[in-house]
Amino acid sequence: MKAPNWKEIPPGGVIAKGGTAFQYATGDWRNSRPIHDLELCINCLRCWVYCPDASIKVKDGKVVGIDYDHCKGCGICSKECPTNPKAIKMFNETDFGESHPSEF
Amino acid sequence: MITQDKLKAEDFVARTGNEAVAEAMRQINPDVVAAYPITPATEIVQIFSGFLADGLVDTEFITVESEHSAMSACIGASAAGARVMTATSSQGLSLMAEVLYIASGLRCPIVLAEVNRALSAPINIHCDHSDTMAVRDSGWIQIYAENAQEAYDNLIQAVRIAEDQEVKLPVMVCMDGFIISHGLEVVRLLKDVQVQRFVGPNKPAYSLLDVEYPITVGALDFTDFYFEHRRQIAEAMEKAKTVICKVGEEFGVEFGRSYGFFEGYKMEDAEYGVIAMGSTAGTAKVAVDELRKKGMRAGLLKLRVFRPFPVTELINATKGLKAMAVLDRADTLSTNGGPLFQEVCTALYAEDHRPKINNYIYGLGGRDITPFDLEKVYQELPKLAAGEEKAKPRYLGVRE
Repeated sequence: MKAPNWKEIPPGGVIAKGGTAFQYATGDWRNSRPIHDLELCINCLRCWVYCPDASIKVKDGKVVGIDYDHCKGCGICSKECPTNPKAIKMFNETDFGESHPSEF
Repeated sequence: MITQDKLKAEDFVARTGNEAVAEAMRQINPDVVAAYPITPATEIVQIFSGFLADGLVDTEFITVESEHSAMSACIGASAAGARVMTATSSQGLSLMAEVLYIASGLRCPIVLAEVNRALSAPINIHCDHSDTMAVRDSGWIQIYAENAQEAYDNLIQAVRIAEDQEVKLPVMVCMDGFIISHGLEVVRLLKDVQVQRFVGPNKPAYSLLDVEYPITVGALDFTDFYFEHRRQIAEAMEKAKTVICKVGEEFGVEFGRSYGFFEGYKMEDAEYGVIAMGSTAGTAKVAVDELRKKGMRAGLLKLRVFRPFPVTELINATKGLKAMAVLDRADTLSTNGGPLFQEVCTALYAEDHRPKINNYIYGLGGRDITPFDLEKVYQELPKLAAGEEKAKPRYLGVRE
Protein backbone atom coordinates (compact mmCIF):
# COMPACT_ATOMS: atom_id res chain seq x y z
CA MET A 1 0.00 0.00 0.00
CA LYS A 2 1.34 3.44 -0.94
CA ALA A 3 1.72 5.69 2.13
CA PRO A 4 -0.36 8.89 1.98
CA ASN A 5 1.41 12.16 1.07
CA TRP A 6 1.42 15.30 3.22
CA LYS A 7 -1.76 16.63 1.61
CA GLU A 8 -3.70 13.50 2.46
CA ILE A 9 -3.17 13.26 6.23
CA PRO A 10 -4.82 15.22 9.08
CA PRO A 11 -2.81 18.29 10.15
CA GLY A 12 -0.72 18.20 13.31
CA GLY A 13 -0.52 14.41 13.44
CA VAL A 14 -4.00 14.12 14.92
CA ILE A 15 -5.33 10.58 14.83
CA ALA A 16 -8.99 11.31 14.26
CA LYS A 17 -10.45 8.06 15.63
CA GLY A 18 -10.15 5.90 18.71
CA GLY A 19 -8.82 2.40 19.40
CA THR A 20 -5.94 2.64 16.94
CA ALA A 21 -3.38 1.23 19.40
CA PHE A 22 -4.60 -2.24 18.36
CA GLN A 23 -3.20 -1.62 14.89
CA TYR A 24 0.30 -0.83 16.12
CA ALA A 25 2.41 -3.84 17.11
CA THR A 26 4.90 -2.60 19.69
CA GLY A 27 6.13 -6.07 20.72
CA ASP A 28 9.18 -5.78 18.49
CA TRP A 29 10.78 -3.50 21.12
CA ARG A 30 11.08 -6.53 23.40
CA ASN A 31 14.47 -8.03 24.18
CA SER A 32 13.23 -10.45 26.86
CA ARG A 33 10.45 -12.94 26.08
CA PRO A 34 8.04 -14.45 28.66
CA ILE A 35 7.16 -18.11 28.07
CA HIS A 36 4.02 -19.38 29.77
CA ASP A 37 3.81 -23.00 30.92
CA LEU A 38 0.20 -24.29 31.02
CA GLU A 39 1.23 -27.29 33.14
CA LEU A 40 2.68 -25.20 35.97
CA CYS A 41 0.11 -22.35 35.88
CA ILE A 42 -2.41 -22.27 38.76
CA ASN A 43 -4.44 -19.46 37.09
CA CYS A 44 -4.15 -17.09 40.01
CA LEU A 45 -4.13 -14.25 37.39
CA ARG A 46 -1.53 -12.16 39.23
CA CYS A 47 0.33 -11.79 35.92
CA TRP A 48 -2.87 -10.47 34.33
CA VAL A 49 -3.35 -7.97 37.16
CA TYR A 50 0.24 -6.73 37.13
CA CYS A 51 0.94 -6.66 33.37
CA PRO A 52 1.27 -2.94 32.51
CA ASP A 53 0.31 -3.58 28.87
CA ALA A 54 -2.70 -5.95 29.00
CA SER A 55 -0.59 -8.56 27.25
CA ILE A 56 -1.68 -11.60 29.29
CA LYS A 57 -4.37 -13.36 27.31
CA VAL A 58 -7.14 -14.76 29.53
CA LYS A 59 -10.14 -16.84 28.48
CA ASP A 60 -12.84 -18.18 30.86
CA GLY A 61 -10.73 -17.30 33.90
CA LYS A 62 -7.64 -19.09 32.60
CA VAL A 63 -4.35 -17.77 31.26
CA VAL A 64 -4.16 -18.97 27.66
CA GLY A 65 -1.01 -17.22 26.47
CA ILE A 66 0.79 -13.94 25.88
CA ASP A 67 0.11 -11.23 23.31
CA TYR A 68 3.57 -10.98 21.79
CA ASP A 69 2.45 -8.15 19.45
CA HIS A 70 2.27 -5.85 22.47
CA CYS A 71 4.35 -7.43 25.27
CA LYS A 72 7.47 -5.27 25.87
CA GLY A 73 9.25 -7.94 27.88
CA CYS A 74 9.34 -6.10 31.21
CA GLY A 75 9.24 -9.37 33.15
CA ILE A 76 6.76 -8.24 35.82
CA CYS A 77 4.52 -11.25 35.06
CA SER A 78 7.37 -13.64 35.76
CA LYS A 79 8.44 -11.72 38.87
CA GLU A 80 4.90 -11.86 40.30
CA CYS A 81 4.26 -15.49 39.36
CA PRO A 82 3.93 -17.35 42.74
CA THR A 83 4.48 -20.94 41.62
CA ASN A 84 7.73 -22.86 42.17
CA PRO A 85 9.02 -23.44 39.56
CA LYS A 86 7.52 -20.34 37.89
CA ALA A 87 4.83 -20.79 35.27
CA ILE A 88 6.16 -17.76 33.39
CA LYS A 89 9.89 -17.63 32.73
CA MET A 90 11.82 -14.96 30.88
CA PHE A 91 14.19 -15.83 28.00
CA ASN A 92 16.52 -13.64 26.01
CA GLU A 93 15.03 -12.81 22.61
CA THR A 94 18.31 -13.75 20.94
CA ASP A 95 17.74 -17.34 22.11
CA PHE A 96 14.98 -17.50 19.52
CA GLY A 97 17.03 -16.23 16.60
CA GLU A 98 15.15 -14.06 14.14
CA SER A 99 11.90 -15.96 14.45
CA HIS A 100 8.71 -14.18 15.49
CA PRO A 101 6.84 -15.84 18.41
CA SER A 102 3.93 -16.63 16.13
CA GLU A 103 6.24 -18.80 14.01
CA PHE A 104 7.70 -21.00 16.71
CA MET B 1 -19.98 35.67 26.73
CA ILE B 2 -19.75 39.43 26.89
CA THR B 3 -21.73 40.70 23.97
CA GLN B 4 -22.13 44.32 24.95
CA ASP B 5 -19.89 46.93 26.47
CA LYS B 6 -19.53 46.53 30.19
CA LEU B 7 -16.76 49.07 30.24
CA LYS B 8 -17.60 52.16 28.27
CA ALA B 9 -15.39 52.15 25.21
CA GLU B 10 -14.07 55.61 24.54
CA ASP B 11 -12.84 56.53 21.12
CA PHE B 12 -9.48 58.00 22.13
CA VAL B 13 -7.93 57.00 25.43
CA ALA B 14 -4.48 57.07 27.03
CA ARG B 15 -3.11 53.55 27.38
CA THR B 16 0.28 51.92 27.75
CA GLY B 17 1.02 49.06 25.38
CA ASN B 18 0.42 46.54 28.15
CA GLU B 19 -2.90 48.17 29.07
CA ALA B 20 -4.02 48.23 25.44
CA VAL B 21 -3.13 44.55 24.97
CA ALA B 22 -4.89 43.57 28.22
CA GLU B 23 -7.92 45.54 26.99
CA ALA B 24 -7.89 43.60 23.71
CA MET B 25 -7.71 40.34 25.69
CA ARG B 26 -10.74 41.40 27.74
CA GLN B 27 -12.66 42.19 24.57
CA ILE B 28 -11.63 38.91 22.91
CA ASN B 29 -12.70 37.10 26.10
CA PRO B 30 -10.64 33.92 25.55
CA ASP B 31 -11.75 30.58 27.02
CA VAL B 32 -8.41 29.93 28.72
CA VAL B 33 -5.41 32.03 29.75
CA ALA B 34 -2.39 30.33 31.33
CA ALA B 35 0.49 32.63 32.18
CA TYR B 36 3.46 33.26 34.43
CA PRO B 37 4.61 36.81 35.24
CA ILE B 38 7.80 38.31 33.82
CA THR B 39 8.93 41.89 33.36
CA PRO B 40 7.92 43.75 31.21
CA ALA B 41 4.94 41.54 30.26
CA THR B 42 3.68 41.03 33.84
CA GLU B 43 1.15 43.86 33.65
CA ILE B 44 -0.75 42.26 30.77
CA VAL B 45 -1.97 39.27 32.76
CA GLN B 46 -2.04 41.29 35.98
CA ILE B 47 -4.55 43.69 34.46
CA PHE B 48 -6.35 40.79 32.80
CA SER B 49 -6.71 38.94 36.11
CA GLY B 50 -8.28 42.16 37.44
CA PHE B 51 -10.88 41.93 34.68
CA LEU B 52 -11.44 38.31 35.67
CA ALA B 53 -11.89 39.23 39.37
CA ASP B 54 -14.38 41.93 38.35
CA GLY B 55 -16.39 39.41 36.35
CA LEU B 56 -15.74 41.11 33.03
CA VAL B 57 -14.46 37.96 31.31
CA ASP B 58 -15.51 34.31 31.35
CA THR B 59 -11.95 33.04 31.05
CA GLU B 60 -10.52 30.06 32.91
CA PHE B 61 -7.31 31.61 34.24
CA ILE B 62 -4.62 29.06 35.06
CA THR B 63 -1.79 30.20 37.30
CA VAL B 64 1.25 28.01 36.70
CA GLU B 65 4.75 27.55 38.10
CA SER B 66 6.71 28.48 34.98
CA GLU B 67 6.44 29.59 31.38
CA HIS B 68 7.14 26.03 30.29
CA SER B 69 4.01 25.02 32.18
CA ALA B 70 2.09 28.05 30.90
CA MET B 71 2.57 27.05 27.28
CA SER B 72 1.96 23.38 28.11
CA ALA B 73 -1.39 24.29 29.71
CA CYS B 74 -2.20 26.45 26.68
CA ILE B 75 -1.56 23.50 24.36
CA GLY B 76 -3.80 21.18 26.38
CA ALA B 77 -6.60 23.73 26.41
CA SER B 78 -6.18 24.46 22.70
CA ALA B 79 -6.26 20.74 21.84
CA ALA B 80 -9.50 20.58 23.82
CA GLY B 81 -10.91 23.20 21.45
CA ALA B 82 -10.59 26.33 23.60
CA ARG B 83 -9.55 29.80 22.42
CA VAL B 84 -6.32 30.31 24.33
CA MET B 85 -4.02 33.24 25.05
CA THR B 86 -0.92 33.93 27.10
CA ALA B 87 1.74 36.60 27.52
CA THR B 88 5.46 36.50 28.20
CA SER B 89 8.84 38.07 27.58
CA SER B 90 12.54 37.34 27.32
CA GLN B 91 13.66 34.48 29.61
CA GLY B 92 10.03 33.38 29.81
CA LEU B 93 9.88 32.90 26.06
CA SER B 94 13.20 31.05 26.19
CA LEU B 95 11.86 28.72 28.86
CA MET B 96 8.82 28.13 26.64
CA ALA B 97 10.98 27.36 23.62
CA GLU B 98 10.67 23.58 23.78
CA VAL B 99 6.91 23.81 24.10
CA LEU B 100 6.54 26.50 21.40
CA TYR B 101 7.55 23.89 18.81
CA ILE B 102 4.88 21.55 20.19
CA ALA B 103 2.19 24.25 19.95
CA SER B 104 2.91 24.83 16.26
CA GLY B 105 3.56 21.14 15.53
CA LEU B 106 0.17 20.18 16.98
CA ARG B 107 -1.34 23.13 15.07
CA CYS B 108 -2.73 24.86 18.16
CA PRO B 109 -3.91 28.38 17.25
CA ILE B 110 -2.68 29.97 20.50
CA VAL B 111 -2.14 33.75 20.64
CA LEU B 112 0.82 35.00 22.67
CA ALA B 113 1.33 38.64 23.61
CA GLU B 114 5.12 38.97 23.57
CA VAL B 115 6.93 41.93 25.06
CA ASN B 116 10.41 42.07 23.54
CA ARG B 117 13.22 42.12 26.06
CA ALA B 118 16.93 41.28 25.98
CA LEU B 119 18.19 37.86 27.04
CA SER B 120 20.61 37.20 29.89
CA ALA B 121 23.53 37.40 30.47
CA PRO B 122 24.30 40.05 31.56
CA ILE B 123 20.83 40.37 33.00
CA ASN B 124 18.81 43.20 31.48
CA ILE B 125 15.09 43.94 31.43
CA HIS B 126 15.00 46.38 28.51
CA CYS B 127 14.07 46.06 24.88
CA ASP B 128 15.72 44.19 22.11
CA HIS B 129 14.48 41.44 19.81
CA SER B 130 16.84 38.66 20.95
CA ASP B 131 14.03 36.75 22.65
CA THR B 132 11.70 36.41 19.66
CA MET B 133 14.54 36.02 17.17
CA ALA B 134 15.77 33.02 19.15
CA VAL B 135 12.48 31.24 18.42
CA ARG B 136 12.00 32.52 14.88
CA ASP B 137 12.03 28.98 13.43
CA SER B 138 9.59 27.53 15.96
CA GLY B 139 6.67 27.56 13.52
CA TRP B 140 4.98 30.56 15.13
CA ILE B 141 3.73 33.51 13.11
CA GLN B 142 5.47 36.67 14.35
CA ILE B 143 3.88 40.13 14.04
CA TYR B 144 5.67 43.24 15.32
CA ALA B 145 4.07 46.51 16.43
CA GLU B 146 5.40 50.05 16.11
CA ASN B 147 3.24 51.45 18.92
CA ALA B 148 0.50 50.61 21.40
CA GLN B 149 -2.23 51.07 18.80
CA GLU B 150 -0.66 48.50 16.52
CA ALA B 151 -0.08 46.08 19.40
CA TYR B 152 -3.80 46.35 20.22
CA ASP B 153 -4.90 45.96 16.59
CA ASN B 154 -2.44 43.12 15.93
CA LEU B 155 -3.66 41.11 18.90
CA ILE B 156 -7.25 41.25 17.68
CA GLN B 157 -6.22 40.27 14.15
CA ALA B 158 -3.98 37.48 15.49
CA VAL B 159 -7.00 35.52 16.72
CA ARG B 160 -8.46 35.44 13.21
CA ILE B 161 -5.13 34.59 11.59
CA ALA B 162 -4.29 31.78 14.02
CA GLU B 163 -7.71 30.15 13.88
CA ASP B 164 -8.13 30.34 10.10
CA GLN B 165 -8.82 26.85 8.72
CA GLU B 166 -5.97 27.24 6.22
CA VAL B 167 -3.50 28.32 8.92
CA LYS B 168 -4.11 26.76 12.36
CA LEU B 169 -0.81 28.04 13.67
CA PRO B 170 0.05 29.96 16.84
CA VAL B 171 0.76 33.69 16.60
CA MET B 172 3.21 35.80 18.58
CA VAL B 173 2.18 39.45 18.77
CA CYS B 174 5.36 41.35 19.61
CA MET B 175 5.85 44.82 21.06
CA ASP B 176 9.00 46.53 22.30
CA GLY B 177 9.53 46.21 26.04
CA PHE B 178 9.07 49.44 28.03
CA ILE B 179 9.22 51.61 24.90
CA ILE B 180 5.76 50.40 23.92
CA SER B 181 4.70 48.21 26.85
CA HIS B 182 5.09 50.99 29.42
CA GLY B 183 4.93 54.10 27.24
CA LEU B 184 1.65 55.97 27.59
CA GLU B 185 0.10 56.75 24.21
CA VAL B 186 -3.16 57.86 22.74
CA VAL B 187 -4.93 54.71 21.58
CA ARG B 188 -8.20 54.32 19.77
CA LEU B 189 -10.05 51.35 21.25
CA LEU B 190 -12.82 49.47 19.52
CA LYS B 191 -16.10 48.68 21.17
CA ASP B 192 -16.48 45.23 22.72
CA VAL B 193 -19.15 44.23 20.21
CA GLN B 194 -16.93 45.27 17.32
CA VAL B 195 -14.09 43.09 18.60
CA GLN B 196 -16.41 40.15 19.28
CA ARG B 197 -17.90 40.42 15.80
CA PHE B 198 -14.49 40.72 14.16
CA VAL B 199 -12.89 37.71 15.87
CA GLY B 200 -16.05 35.61 15.57
CA PRO B 201 -16.52 32.17 17.15
CA ASN B 202 -13.68 29.67 17.43
CA LYS B 203 -14.29 26.64 15.20
CA PRO B 204 -11.80 23.92 16.14
CA ALA B 205 -11.61 20.96 13.76
CA TYR B 206 -11.23 18.51 16.67
CA SER B 207 -11.67 18.50 20.42
CA LEU B 208 -9.78 16.28 22.81
CA LEU B 209 -12.80 16.41 25.15
CA ASP B 210 -15.33 15.17 22.59
CA VAL B 211 -16.01 11.67 23.92
CA GLU B 212 -18.31 10.90 20.97
CA TYR B 213 -15.35 11.26 18.59
CA PRO B 214 -12.20 10.19 20.43
CA ILE B 215 -8.93 11.45 18.94
CA THR B 216 -5.25 11.16 19.73
CA VAL B 217 -3.10 14.32 19.87
CA GLY B 218 0.69 14.13 20.07
CA ALA B 219 1.13 10.56 18.86
CA LEU B 220 4.56 9.20 18.02
CA ASP B 221 5.55 10.24 14.49
CA PHE B 222 8.57 8.34 13.22
CA THR B 223 10.49 8.20 9.95
CA ASP B 224 7.27 7.33 8.14
CA PHE B 225 5.18 10.49 8.86
CA TYR B 226 7.12 13.21 10.74
CA PHE B 227 8.49 14.75 7.53
CA GLU B 228 4.98 14.99 6.02
CA HIS B 229 3.67 16.81 9.11
CA ARG B 230 6.56 19.31 9.05
CA ARG B 231 5.87 19.90 5.34
CA GLN B 232 2.27 20.73 6.27
CA ILE B 233 3.46 23.48 8.63
CA ALA B 234 5.53 25.06 5.87
CA GLU B 235 2.44 25.05 3.65
CA ALA B 236 0.33 26.58 6.43
CA MET B 237 2.94 29.38 6.73
CA GLU B 238 2.64 29.98 2.97
CA LYS B 239 -1.16 30.11 3.24
CA ALA B 240 -0.84 32.42 6.26
CA LYS B 241 0.57 35.11 3.96
CA THR B 242 -2.77 35.44 2.17
CA VAL B 243 -4.72 35.23 5.42
CA ILE B 244 -2.60 37.89 7.18
CA CYS B 245 -3.22 40.34 4.32
CA LYS B 246 -6.92 39.46 4.07
CA VAL B 247 -7.47 39.96 7.80
CA GLY B 248 -5.40 43.19 7.77
CA GLU B 249 -7.44 44.60 4.89
CA GLU B 250 -10.73 43.58 6.47
CA PHE B 251 -9.67 45.27 9.70
CA GLY B 252 -9.04 48.42 7.65
CA VAL B 253 -12.45 48.26 6.01
CA GLU B 254 -14.16 47.79 9.37
CA PHE B 255 -12.15 50.15 11.55
CA GLY B 256 -10.12 52.42 9.25
CA ARG B 257 -6.64 51.03 9.96
CA SER B 258 -5.35 48.64 7.28
CA TYR B 259 -2.43 46.28 7.76
CA GLY B 260 -0.18 44.22 5.48
CA PHE B 261 3.36 42.88 5.63
CA PHE B 262 4.91 46.33 5.49
CA GLU B 263 4.20 49.94 6.06
CA GLY B 264 6.10 51.97 3.50
CA TYR B 265 6.85 55.53 4.59
CA LYS B 266 7.74 57.87 1.70
CA MET B 267 8.91 54.83 -0.26
CA GLU B 268 7.21 55.76 -3.57
CA ASP B 269 10.19 57.69 -4.98
CA ALA B 270 12.79 56.70 -2.38
CA GLU B 271 16.41 56.03 -3.44
CA TYR B 272 17.73 55.25 0.03
CA GLY B 273 15.82 53.12 2.45
CA VAL B 274 15.91 51.65 5.90
CA ILE B 275 14.11 48.47 6.89
CA ALA B 276 13.30 48.13 10.58
CA MET B 277 10.84 46.45 12.95
CA GLY B 278 9.05 47.68 16.04
CA SER B 279 9.16 51.09 17.69
CA THR B 280 12.33 52.13 15.81
CA ALA B 281 10.15 52.56 12.73
CA GLY B 282 8.53 55.55 14.43
CA THR B 283 11.94 57.10 15.12
CA ALA B 284 13.01 56.44 11.53
CA LYS B 285 9.99 58.34 10.20
CA VAL B 286 11.29 61.47 11.94
CA ALA B 287 14.70 60.93 10.33
CA VAL B 288 13.09 60.46 6.91
CA ASP B 289 11.22 63.77 7.26
CA GLU B 290 14.44 65.59 8.22
CA LEU B 291 16.39 64.06 5.34
CA ARG B 292 13.63 64.87 2.87
CA LYS B 293 13.94 68.53 3.93
CA LYS B 294 17.67 68.29 3.15
CA GLY B 295 16.92 66.87 -0.31
CA MET B 296 17.60 63.16 0.18
CA ARG B 297 14.99 60.84 -1.29
CA ALA B 298 14.81 58.78 1.89
CA GLY B 299 12.17 56.19 2.72
CA LEU B 300 11.35 53.69 5.43
CA LEU B 301 10.12 50.15 5.10
CA LYS B 302 8.60 49.01 8.36
CA LEU B 303 8.42 45.22 8.48
CA ARG B 304 5.36 44.06 10.39
CA VAL B 305 5.44 40.32 9.72
CA PHE B 306 8.73 38.47 10.23
CA ARG B 307 7.23 34.95 10.13
CA PRO B 308 6.17 34.03 7.50
CA PHE B 309 8.77 36.17 5.73
CA PRO B 310 7.22 38.12 2.82
CA VAL B 311 9.87 37.48 0.13
CA THR B 312 7.98 38.56 -3.01
CA GLU B 313 6.61 41.64 -1.31
CA LEU B 314 10.08 42.64 -0.11
CA ILE B 315 11.47 42.33 -3.64
CA ASN B 316 8.73 44.60 -4.96
CA ALA B 317 9.01 47.09 -2.12
CA THR B 318 12.77 47.57 -2.52
CA LYS B 319 12.91 47.65 -6.35
CA GLY B 320 13.48 51.37 -6.65
CA LEU B 321 16.18 51.66 -3.98
CA LYS B 322 19.87 52.27 -4.73
CA ALA B 323 20.94 51.28 -1.25
CA MET B 324 19.28 50.20 1.94
CA ALA B 325 20.23 49.61 5.56
CA VAL B 326 18.77 46.72 7.51
CA LEU B 327 18.33 47.52 11.21
CA ASP B 328 18.57 44.56 13.55
CA ARG B 329 17.68 44.83 17.22
CA ALA B 330 19.29 41.42 17.78
CA ASP B 331 22.57 39.80 16.85
CA THR B 332 23.03 36.27 15.55
CA LEU B 333 26.63 36.38 16.89
CA SER B 334 27.50 34.50 13.71
CA THR B 335 29.73 37.41 12.55
CA ASN B 336 27.46 37.37 9.49
CA GLY B 337 24.95 40.06 10.48
CA GLY B 338 21.64 40.19 12.31
CA PRO B 339 18.68 37.89 11.67
CA LEU B 340 16.69 40.41 9.62
CA PHE B 341 19.75 41.20 7.50
CA GLN B 342 20.20 37.53 6.69
CA GLU B 343 16.53 37.18 5.72
CA VAL B 344 16.63 40.27 3.53
CA CYS B 345 19.84 39.24 1.76
CA THR B 346 18.51 35.73 1.12
CA ALA B 347 15.24 37.11 -0.23
CA LEU B 348 16.93 39.54 -2.65
CA TYR B 349 19.93 37.46 -3.71
CA ALA B 350 18.36 35.94 -6.82
CA GLU B 351 17.23 39.34 -8.15
CA ASP B 352 19.24 40.88 -11.00
CA HIS B 353 18.50 44.40 -9.80
CA ARG B 354 18.71 44.77 -6.08
CA PRO B 355 19.88 47.57 -3.82
CA LYS B 356 23.25 47.47 -2.05
CA ILE B 357 22.54 46.38 1.51
CA ASN B 358 24.15 47.37 4.77
CA ASN B 359 23.47 46.00 8.23
CA TYR B 360 23.34 47.77 11.58
CA ILE B 361 22.92 45.96 14.85
CA TYR B 362 21.54 48.49 17.31
CA GLY B 363 19.65 49.02 20.54
CA LEU B 364 20.69 45.86 22.38
CA GLY B 365 19.51 45.80 25.99
CA GLY B 366 17.37 48.89 25.42
CA ARG B 367 20.18 51.19 24.22
CA ASP B 368 18.34 54.22 22.88
CA ILE B 369 18.27 55.00 19.18
CA THR B 370 17.60 58.58 18.11
CA PRO B 371 16.54 60.26 14.85
CA PHE B 372 20.12 61.61 14.73
CA ASP B 373 21.52 58.03 14.77
CA LEU B 374 19.20 57.13 11.95
CA GLU B 375 20.15 60.18 9.89
CA LYS B 376 23.76 58.97 10.10
CA VAL B 377 22.65 55.56 8.82
CA TYR B 378 20.92 57.17 5.82
CA GLN B 379 23.92 59.42 5.12
CA GLU B 380 26.17 56.36 4.75
CA LEU B 381 23.92 54.91 2.03
CA PRO B 382 24.97 57.09 -0.95
CA LYS B 383 28.58 56.05 -0.31
CA LEU B 384 27.51 52.40 -0.27
CA ALA B 385 25.54 52.84 -3.51
CA ALA B 386 28.55 54.50 -5.19
CA GLY B 387 30.77 51.60 -4.19
CA GLU B 388 32.91 53.81 -1.94
CA GLU B 389 32.13 51.66 1.04
CA LYS B 390 31.90 47.92 1.47
CA ALA B 391 28.85 46.42 3.08
CA LYS B 392 29.61 44.78 6.38
CA PRO B 393 27.61 44.25 9.56
CA ARG B 394 28.31 47.06 12.01
CA TYR B 395 27.17 48.14 15.44
CA LEU B 396 25.21 51.34 15.90
CA GLY B 397 25.25 53.11 19.24
CA VAL B 398 27.86 50.99 20.98
CA ARG B 399 30.82 52.80 22.62
CA GLU B 400 33.84 52.04 20.45
